[in-house]
Amino acid sequence: MLNTSVLKRLVSRLAPLALILATVGAAEAAGTGYLFVSNERSNNILVFDPANDYAVVKDIKTSRRPRDMHFNNDHTLLYVACGEDDVIDVIDVATLEIVDQIPTARSPEMFVFNKDQTELYVSNEENSTVQIISMKDKIIVNEIPTGAEPEGVILSEDEKTLYATSEVADMVHVIDTATGTVVDNVIVGTRPRRFILTKDAKELWVSDELSGEVSIIDRATNQVINTLTFVPPGFRPVDVTPVGMTINESGTTVYVGLGRANHVAFVNVATHEIEDYTLVGSRAWETRLGPDEKLLYVANGLSDDVSIIDLETRKNIRTISAGRIPHTVLVDDK
Amino acid sequence: MTNSSILRAVTGAALGLVSAFAVTAAMAQEAKPTTPIDIGYVELAKNPMLDPERAYYMVPVRPFGSPLPGAELGIADAQTIGKVIGVDFGLKSELGDSIDDINATVRGWSGEGMNFVIADLPATELLALSDAVADLPVTIFNIAAGEDNLRGADCRANVVHMIPSFRMLTDATAQYLVSRHWKNILVLQGPSPADQQMVDAMQQSAKFFGARIVEVRPFLLSNDPTNRERGNVALVTGGTDYDVVYIADSDGEFARFAQYETNLPRPIVGAAGLTPKAWSWAYQKHGSSEVTQRFEQLVPRHMDDQDWAAWISTKAVVQSVLRTKNGDYPTLLAYMFGEKLNLDGGKGNPLSIRPWDHQLRQAIPLATTNAVLDEAPITGFLHQTNDLDTLGVDQPQSACRFPG
Repeated sequence: MLNTSVLKRLVSRLAPLALILATVGAAEAAGTGYLFVSNERSNNILVFDPANDYAVVKDIKTSRRPRDMHFNNDHTLLYVACGEDDVIDVIDVATLEIVDQIPTARSPEMFVFNKDQTELYVSNEENSTVQIISMKDKIIVNEIPTGAEPEGVILSEDEKTLYATSEVADMVHVIDTATGTVVDNVIVGTRPRRFILTKDAKELWVSDELSGEVSIIDRATNQVINTLTFVPPGFRPVDVTPVGMTINESGTTVYVGLGRANHVAFVNVATHEIEDYTLVGSRAWETRLGPDEKLLYVANGLSDDVSIIDLETRKNIRTISAGRIPHTVLVDDK
Repeated sequence: MTNSSILRAVTGAALGLVSAFAVTAAMAQEAKPTTPIDIGYVELAKNPMLDPERAYYMVPVRPFGSPLPGAELGIADAQTIGKVIGVDFGLKSELGDSIDDINATVRGWSGEGMNFVIADLPATELLALSDAVADLPVTIFNIAAGEDNLRGADCRANVVHMIPSFRMLTDATAQYLVSRHWKNILVLQGPSPADQQMVDAMQQSAKFFGARIVEVRPFLLSNDPTNRERGNVALVTGGTDYDVVYIADSDGEFARFAQYETNLPRPIVGAAGLTPKAWSWAYQKHGSSEVTQRFEQLVPRHMDDQDWAAWISTKAVVQSVLRTKNGDYPTLLAYMFGEKLNLDGGKGNPLSIRPWDHQLRQAIPLATTNAVLDEAPITGFLHQTNDLDTLGVDQPQSACRFPG
């Protein structure tokens, strides 16, 4: 692990050799292993080292209201959308310093890259659009109007379709990326937030925060074919506010953060059966898998901490303190 | 709503990079035949709630302005849904000199097929309008009158209360005070009938949640030396001990000058200090700040209780139309008053309407002039079916009896 981080530092210093070294590095190692947690209210990303008892490696001061985070393909850079400053900060993973910024329109929250990372799709809550930003020039090359408060965005495997939720219009916009137009809309539950695509590319899952559901959309027909309702032990339907979702690599299980119901649900992708609920912290939203899928990290927005679930036993084995209102967790495992 | 204002709402504060192509593209999905659905909005031309003579506008009880922009925001928010389901949601608003005037307006609209009307009216006028239009297939949204009798003995089947009742507000206050162990409350009561209702509500709330009303004292907004004991804050709060002062002052003019003037150094709640509200522009949780920001893009002022109530009224109609696939009027009402209504009010738990008195269930933020300190139901106050029903008169205690 140490080797990799040294390597990354070298990469950032020795630009001409970067490509060669990065290729070698990617083949050999599994990243720094660090856990990154963005905190909306304390305006920072806390970097933890799981190999060293989750010691805080660095407190990165970001622009205001850091939320969604993504690595670039070789994990040398980390991008974080900062809603209050209308910018995506770019962090060098080797040095853990902010090295660049990408301006967006007002209040960016969730974003995705295309595969070769030449373009970035970002939802902008306040002016109700999804923007397409060229990474090369860092300019907005197109802007697609959506319903009010767009939130989740996801790109299909073939990159031909972009899906975006509108929290206010209770629908999923189906966007043709070639033309930048909305070609269909799927009405789902109340306040749709985030997506996952199943690995067989057949289903699009959408979390509906206020109706406490996950809507499962058949991508061939753009019809909702199933609606999952969650009622963890001791909670009522009105208390269940699912938001963050993660699918494992083999595509068998989806992990759903149930928000104010303070649980994570384990859903069988093939049968749509809810297999388990695990109690975590307060207002559990984003979930993210650790290396080798042994652990699941859960950001608890209202208890300012991160729950760690052992996926073998599906028990919450540990909780670590985060900043104020943790939004997204991410593991550098590449 | 005109096309240009839709576009304005959609593009908002865009960077100027939006091509005309992109804007029209999203809207140009498929040209379904559209059904127009208009929502009405009525208020008195001389709106007593906005009367500058009544109270200084910065007091919590006086709205910042006509709540019409709240309804406009709701219609703007509905445009995307409308395009998809083939409904053209619109708003018609009229000022009336009298309830007779407004009655005539609503009758005209009803003749054109309108079923839902938002009313920014005081309690007496609201009742008069509801009785005047009782023969029509029209439901009125109350966005201004908190009087509990409108939800109790004087309830009307054709009225839905989107603004919280006084009892919901005093329950929220009592929960907060009890949670802080400030259980001894001195109540100051203003001269109006609404103040009497607020005091009645506070007494019931205190009893229900285990607080104690030390004393109820009348106050007067007056410098009359013969009435010093009732006009002077220090005197009217003297001679006894208490943890907190609750002021029932529907004008707010007395309460405005009461903080830091009490005989004992005690906080003030109610019409000043910590105020229970339907909405506060300073609210930040649950996506509320996005609602406030969209509102402030429409009109250059803060969003307040009545604005929110007007906005959520349009939302109740839009959701009912959406989820019933544009059902007829009885179908819309059945959905709206049924268990499935699931409104996102920007206040946390989904909102629905109590079938027994047509009051919208909702969280109550407790706010100062620039911060929301907490929201009721306060953590730990539980209800057997829905914790939002710890606020306001519950079904077994309700005096409301709808016909049939």
